[in-house]
Amino acid sequence: MREIKAALITEKVKQLFLKISYEIGDDVLCGLRAGKDKEISPIGKAILEEIIANDTLAAKEGMAVCQDTGMAVVFAEVGQEVHITEGDFQQAINQGVREAYAEGYLRKSVVSDPLFDRKNTQDNTPAVIYTDIVPGDSVKLAVTAKGFGSENMSRLKMLTPADGQQGVLDFIVETVSLAGPNPCPPVVVGVCVGGTMDKAAQLAKKATMRRLGSLNPDARYQALEEKALEQINASGIGPGGLGGLTTALAVHIDWYPTHIAGLPVAVNICCHAVRHGTVEI
Amino acid sequence: MRKGEDTMAEAKRIQTPLTKEKVAGLTAGDRVLISGTIYTGRDAAHKRLVALLEEGKELPLDLRDQIIYYVGPAPAPPGKAIGSAGPTSSYRMDRYAPLLIEKGLTGMIGKGLRGPAVIEAMKAHQAVYFAATGGAAVVIAQSIISQEIIAYEDLGTEAIHRLEVKDFPVIVAIDSHGNNLYETGRKEYQNKK
Repeated sequence: MREIKAALITEKVKQLFLKISYEIGDDVLCGLRAGKDKEISPIGKAILEEIIANDTLAAKEGMAVCQDTGMAVVFAEVGQEVHITEGDFQQAINQGVREAYAEGYLRKSVVSDPLFDRKNTQDNTPAVIYTDIVPGDSVKLAVTAKGFGSENMSRLKMLTPADGQQGVLDFIVETVSLAGPNPCPPVVVGVCVGGTMDKAAQLAKKATMRRLGSLNPDARYQALEEKALEQINASGIGPGGLGGLTTALAVHIDWYPTHIAGLPVAVNICCHAVRHGTVEI
Repeated sequence: MRKGEDTMAEAKRIQTPLTKEKVAGLTAGDRVLISGTIYTGRDAAHKRLVALLEEGKELPLDLRDQIIYYVGPAPAPPGKAIGSAGPTSSYRMDRYAPLLIEKGLTGMIGKGLRGPAVIEAMKAHQAVYFAATGGAAVVIAQSIISQEIIAYEDLGTEAIHRLEVKDFPVIVAIDSHGNNLYETGRKEYQNKK
C-alpha cells in the first residue's frame, strides 16, 4: 500500500489549474497557426492572429488566457494500491481548485443552486470530479477548465441503431452549425458514441482533452473524425464566426459499448482556449 | 503585409459617447477602435436593470448614447488595471437588450448571434452591435485603462463597471440597418477551400 497525503493532491491540482489557465498547450497553438496559414478570410486571419497573440501574451504576463476560467473538471484514476492519508480525496481536489482560483487571479464562475439562488460560491468550487479505481499505486489526474460559452452549445441525442454512421456524422456537424459563432470558434469538438446518456456526455468531455494532432487508434473513427472536420470547416462559420475556413481545429471521437436498442451521441464543444493538463502522483 | 494578400481596411476610430450620428456611419464588417467610457453588464446586471425599468424606477446609469460591454472580467493581478476581459455570449442578453436600446443605449459589445427582436430594436433606434474576439481576453484587457464599479457590487464580476478604454478593438457585426456579418461572412466562405 502506497500512502499519498491529501495535501500533495491539493498542491498538484492547484499547480495544474494555474498552468493551464495561463498557458495554452503547444498542440493548440500549432493548430491555430496552421489554421491561420490556410485562412483565406482577411477578418478570419486577423482574428486568428489576435488569438495567437493573446495566448502568447497570457503566458508571458501570467494572466488567464480567457476571463472565463471555467468550471474545473477532474478525471481521476486512483490506483487501488493507494491509500489517501490526512484528508479526504474529493476535498483535496476542491481545495486545490480553491487555492488556484484565489491565488491565480482566476475568475470564480460557479454558482451554488443553479435555479433559485444562483449564489456565487466565491472560490470556483465544487469541481466536477470523476473517479475511476484502477490497478497500480499512483494517482493520475486529467483536468480541464471548461468555459461555458462553448459548454452551452453542446448537445446530446439518443439516435437509433438504424441512424448509423450517417446519423452520427450529421448530428456532429449540425451541432457545430447551430452553435455558429457562439462557442468562440475555432472550436475543438469532443464526441462520444455509445454508452448510456450520462456515459456519452462524460466521455465527450474527455474527448475534448485529447492532444490535438493525435490520431484516433481506430482507423474507422479516424476517418469519421476527418469527414466531420471537413464538413464543419465547409460551413463558412470561421474564426469568431465572422466567416472563414477555420471553424474547428479538430474533432475527437471516443466510443463506449452500448445497448442493443441504442446509439447515444454526445457532442461537447470546446472553444479555442482548450485548457487541459495531466499529472501523475 | 505580404504582396498580393487580401488585407483588411484601416480601422475606424470612435470616441464615446456613441451618438446616433456615429452609429449611422458604421457598417457591418468595419474594424473599429473605441476610446472613452464604456460600461460592463451581463446576465445578472441586465436582469436588475430591466426589473427597475419595468417598475418605473430610475437606472443607476444614464444609457443615452452609451455602450455596454458584455463581460465578466477576471480579478486584476497586482499592477494591472483589470484582469482578462474578453466578451461573453451576447444571446443571453437578448431578452433584456431591446428595452435598454429603447432607453437610449446605442452600442453593445459581445460575441455571437443576436435574436430578431434585438436587431429590430437596433434598426428602430439606431444602435450597433460590435463583436470582440472571444478568448482574446488578455489583448483586450490591454486596451482597458481603468475600471470602477458603479452599481451592484454584490454581483462581483457581474457588477456594472465603468471602464475607460483606449483603442478597444472590435468589428461591427450587425449595423443599424440590420446588415449582419455573422450571416454574410458565413455565406461568403461556405463550401470554400
